[in-house]
Amino acid sequence: MSAALPAEADDVQALLRSGFVRLVEAAFLLLQIRDQAAARSWLHQAPVTTIADLREYQTTALQVAVSANGLKKLGVAASTVEAFAPEFLSGMAGDEARSRRLGDVGSNAPSEWRWGGTGEPDVLLLLYAEEGRLAAWKSSTVTALGQNGFDVAMELATSNMHDKEPFGFTDGVSQPQIDWHDARKPGGDADLDYGNLISKGEFLLGYANEYGQYTDRPLLPGNATEALPRAEDRTELSDLGRNGAYLVLRELHQDVRGFWRYAAEQAGSTAATSLAEAMVGRHTSGEPLITPQRAPIRGVPPNSPQNRFTYDADSEGKICPLGAHVRRANPRTGDMPGGSRQGLVARLLRTLGFKRTDLRSDIIASSRFHRIMRRGREFGTWVPSEAAMRPDCPDPQSGLHFICLNGNISRQFEFVQNAWLTSAKFNGLFDESDPLTGNRLPLPAGHATDCFSLLEQNGVARRFQRIPAFVTVRGGGYFFLPGVRALRFLTQ
Amino acid sequence: MTPQSTFMVAAPIRLTLEGQLRVLLDSMNKAPGRVDADNALLPFAHYDRLHVARFVILRDETLGDLAAYGTSFPNAPVWLAFLGDCDGAADDMLREFADTAGAEIRRIFAHCEDPPGTDILAWMRRHSVQPAAQYVNWRGRTVQQIKQEAALHDFLRDCLGRTPALASRRALEIRDHLVGEVARARSALPAPTPRQRVWLFWVAIGLAAVPLVPILLMFSPVLLLLLWQLRVRERNDPVITPRPSAAHLGATSRLEDYDVSNPFSAFGSVKPGRFRLCTLLLVFRALELSTRFIYIRGRLARVGTIHFARWAFMDDRRRLLFASNYDGSLDSYMDDFINKVAFGLNLVFSNGIGWPRTSFLIFGGAGYEQEFKNYLHRHEVPTQVWYKAYPGLTASNLATNTEIREGLQRKHMTEAQAQRWLALI
Repeated sequence: MSAALPAEADDVQALLRSGFVRLVEAAFLLLQIRDQAAARSWLHQAPVTTIADLREYQTTALQVAVSANGLKKLGVAASTVEAFAPEFLSGMAGDEARSRRLGDVGSNAPSEWRWGGTGEPDVLLLLYAEEGRLAAWKSSTVTALGQNGFDVAMELATSNMHDKEPFGFTDGVSQPQIDWHDARKPGGDADLDYGNLISKGEFLLGYANEYGQYTDRPLLPGNATEALPRAEDRTELSDLGRNGAYLVLRELHQDVRGFWRYAAEQAGSTAATSLAEAMVGRHTSGEPLITPQRAPIRGVPPNSPQNRFTYDADSEGKICPLGAHVRRANPRTGDMPGGSRQGLVARLLRTLGFKRTDLRSDIIASSRFHRIMRRGREFGTWVPSEAAMRPDCPDPQSGLHFICLNGNISRQFEFVQNAWLTSAKFNGLFDESDPLTGNRLPLPAGHATDCFSLLEQNGVARRFQRIPAFVTVRGGGYFFLPGVRALRFLTQ
Repeated sequence: MTPQSTFMVAAPIRLTLEGQLRVLLDSMNKAPGRVDADNALLPFAHYDRLHVARFVILRDETLGDLAAYGTSFPNAPVWLAFLGDCDGAADDMLREFADTAGAEIRRIFAHCEDPPGTDILAWMRRHSVQPAAQYVNWRGRTVQQIKQEAALHDFLRDCLGRTPALASRRALEIRDHLVGEVARARSALPAPTPRQRVWLFWVAIGLAAVPLVPILLMFSPVLLLLLWQLRVRERNDPVITPRPSAAHLGATSRLEDYDVSNPFSAFGSVKPGRFRLCTLLLVFRALELSTRFIYIRGRLARVGTIHFARWAFMDDRRRLLFASNYDGSLDSYMDDFINKVAFGLNLVFSNGIGWPRTSFLIFGGAGYEQEFKNYLHRHEVPTQVWYKAYPGLTASNLATNTEIREGLQRKHMTEAQAQRWLALI
């Protein structure tokens, strides 16, 4: 953690800054509001951990997020609620068109979910604790919630797989770096190249985003709401969104046995790992398949070479397959092929589309508008890959409670999920959805999406077809993780 | 060379029949947003020259915006438009429709004012609307060629799947093998798309530019005056970009994102006055030239996801229709627009009422992300019936298939070229 605290650190929930890696125990509580007044007063005094609190080691941390349903049940004025993002208001499962875009169809459809299929629960409490501290705290919290107007609809347990996710890969290796101190102005020359330092307005409402603009959020008449900060872009109004973020939660069940058995069956048990690594796009250790470059990348710390790379020199996907999971999740492209090294004439020619070579290389551009901060936690039993391949391995019932934070659900989370992960046409491909998360359903006219290809050095693709689904969505929702002042205001 | 053409037939709907018409149009779909390509009214799939087609009801929900200019458009028609893109001449396509489905088309347009009589072809000709500008992703590539190239790609993939020990062989050797397989299968290879003589265009531009310089110099005071006029307008024109209602968003999105491509239909008013209209006419002229001679193989500037697009004036140039066929979801389409061709959008659409504020006709505008997205969503009208002859294939896929076929037909290749070619398969 860098030394200088962001401005208003005591107003931002700590999850924006930290994944609480030392707090290895966690539970997520999905709550319904039974009694508005009691729920408001409990939330009003809830000891939410802020970024400022991170100056000292915390043995526990509490984060609070509210869904659109929750805002209504808390009695927030309809006009205020309606000023939040349309996708937040509609909810993750609230619209079939959205479900289609997210790939939440077939066995991933909301009708099959354990929770959230008919709408978000009202409130999401995220409890993090150091080893041995969660159980007692959680149980007293649940009791208190029951006495203060809440029903605990469901408890999402997590387990500590150290830094691995259930398939056995080091997770959370690559994250955007939030530009807390406005060190860069987005849209400049440097953005022609890939960069990892991203405007804080991409994650927190109330600040300028990558377009240099302010994402819509509820702004209230200034005089009525002294408790809230003023809006930066419209100082006569109070900003209910400021220092808040949208939180996306998805319960993803991972078929660890199916994944490793498939890899072993296709590649043999010794080469299974390298096939799995090609599908993921990183080694199990988290090291990239691409050799890191020497030149620095803005926003990639010097001590993390595992993120100092782009796919520019691997445009065909001979080193990292075009359809590999991490290449989809972040294609690491700048605003223009060729980057900032080229002269003005070359840039103009590219802008006008006169470079024939760009037809393929310019399909996916401007990654900086589609970044998310991932904060997920694993659940279930950890099984090493060798054990998972064995026929007598019991089902570890494991997966990921995927969590991400962003300022514009539609342009960030939904775009990544739709255009990059789920699309069978990502990067100019034909019939490959994400090798890990794809739902494998054919397109309406019958075209397959359940393939994956690996290029040999001579250019021939080694094709894998009829890959089974390894990940199933079992729940999900959109929440708002408010700033502390906003939370107090909403519950006063 | 068979250039593609575009057709569009439009007539004002008799408002009392609009409900019936919607039901009738819905009957051409298996489900909302999913056309039945063999439907009883107009079985699109039976027309092997037809790339894309749609029936769209142009009900303009943004007429109220005219009030910002102190004007209105009372009794503005609600149009029914039937439009599409085909190989060969548009009139031939209309004739084929009239010959094979004349009665059915008459039944559809019977819901309009001045309904068609017995001579449906003459009626369609009378109600044809010529586009102000149009875009074709790949000039001269026919539906037949697209289908043959797709089949060729499948065939080559199957061949590779049957060929042993591929990884250890040289790319050229594998290519020779594939060339032989194709010859043995005697699969009729599509003819290559003849290249247009684009260089002629550039020579013409160069020749035209020489006398243009003194003329421009002579008229520079006039140009400065026009620029000043433009800036005055850009500073004062009202921006109208409220967030569209959830109901409106739902009405359009429920029809989208079934296949890999979507239709987009947007309708709105041109800013009143001669200045904006002339600007628009000039821009369309330039656009039409560029899409005829420059952007003819795979891309419109940096955007490679549009199959066909058109801009058409309606109501004596008071309103404008934009209709396109694009890959991906609307949100990614709009992001592509902002990040790659905001300048191009501004050139056209800043002459439409309510567009986000531009400067010098190319800056700003679509660069205001949320205002732009609100504007587009708000002007989008649901496309009741939409057909694309090659579902499941994106423009990028089509370009790859063409490249594969061209590579197969090339006489010579180096090992490196053969490797890149194999990688496409």
